[in-house]
Amino acid sequence: MIYDSTCIACPHCDVVYRLSAARMVTRTRCLRCGYQLTLGKSEAIARVVGLALTSTILMGIVLFAPFLHLNAGPFASSASVADVVLGFATGIMMPLAFAVLIFIIVVPVARSLLLIYALAPLLTGHANASGAQSSLRWAFVLKPWAMAEIFMVGVAVALVKIGGMATVHTGTAFWAFVLLVVVNTFQDTFMCRNTLWTSLATNTT
Amino acid sequence: MDISGHQHDLITARDAGMVACTSCGLVASPDVESCPRCHARMQSRKDGSIQRVLAWLLAGLILYVPANIYPMLRTTQMFKEQDSTIVGGVITLIHHHAYAIGAIIFIASVLIPVGKFIVIAYLALLLSRPHTKDPHRLHILHAAVEFIGRWSMIDVFVVAILVALVQFDVLASIKPGLAAACFALSVVFTMLSAQAFDPRLIWDVTDKGTPK
Repeated sequence: MIYDSTCIACPHCDVVYRLSAARMVTRTRCLRCGYQLTLGKSEAIARVVGLALTSTILMGIVLFAPFLHLNAGPFASSASVADVVLGFATGIMMPLAFAVLIFIIVVPVARSLLLIYALAPLLTGHANASGAQSSLRWAFVLKPWAMAEIFMVGVAVALVKIGGMATVHTGTAFWAFVLLVVVNTFQDTFMCRNTLWTSLATNTT
Repeated sequence: MDISGHQHDLITARDAGMVACTSCGLVASPDVESCPRCHARMQSRKDGSIQRVLAWLLAGLILYVPANIYPMLRTTQMFKEQDSTIVGGVITLIHHHAYAIGAIIFIASVLIPVGKFIVIAYLALLLSRPHTKDPHRLHILHAAVEFIGRWSMIDVFVVAILVALVQFDVLASIKPGLAAACFALSVVFTMLSAQAFDPRLIWDVTDKGTPK
């Protein structure tokens, strides 16, 4: 088994590059297909871990606080994110309830926890946790399945649809969720594969 | 080679007799089964990529049919039940002059899924035989499909929120229809289809000396 840790290949078009130390800390694109090989973010690890912690805490607020209130004449109702998920949980719609639960809560939380588990030891000066590599890999694999931001667009559409027949008030969880989407988006700008994998591989403490 | 090199110096991992990890980018000798750095499975090109793409695509296409025939929402208002399908819902929104929302739902639930079916099928069929298409364009098509596919889920989430909020017994209540589940599965299957696609196949063709 031979490998060279200063070489990386573009995952989209297979072209091989030797990255000098100076190249690793700047933004680099594949010369053939334009894929971003490195994002060039300093302190990527500290920020990813910090933002992952923030989004885990925000998700706690989202789950247990009221999300939306609805008033229509004498009738009033209030829904938490748990209600939104459980709204489907009858009979044939059960799988759909699970899907919504997974896309908007389970996967985003799992990603945050996997990132903290894999990268936090680098910050505290400890050796890699067992399975740190698999954890980081899964955090990347799960990225397209975390749909918090799509859910927020769905909320906006639903609010306009209901708007005509009732008045809707936003709850604490709604704003926590908005913040969560912002934090997750910000975090993804620091998720430089090259930086994170190199740091994990060179952690010798 | 160094990244400052010129376009004609580019060499692929496969031409160098190596295998690249698509997860972390490490380049290793072909006897390696899993990546020494991130433990992902290493394959020079994904096994049976095109077959997998087409299989998931077919599954997604089949489910898209009931997703459009069956109702997405069942609204009960003053003892009257009304079913609305995806396209029916868009038409209702336009009748109520909610053009922006109608457009969002139409784009997310009709344009994106149908466009995705066409683009993935086109790429898979094109790449299963020799072609002379510009790989840069094909790559952009693939990247666009992978990026935009998940946004089709909007309508499913809209249904989930409406169902949870609008529960006023006789006055008004909303229940999800069978189409919501079919549509969600269709989106998941087409996302898996796009992910099964190995973008390196797009670029292999130019390596064999076809015009740039």
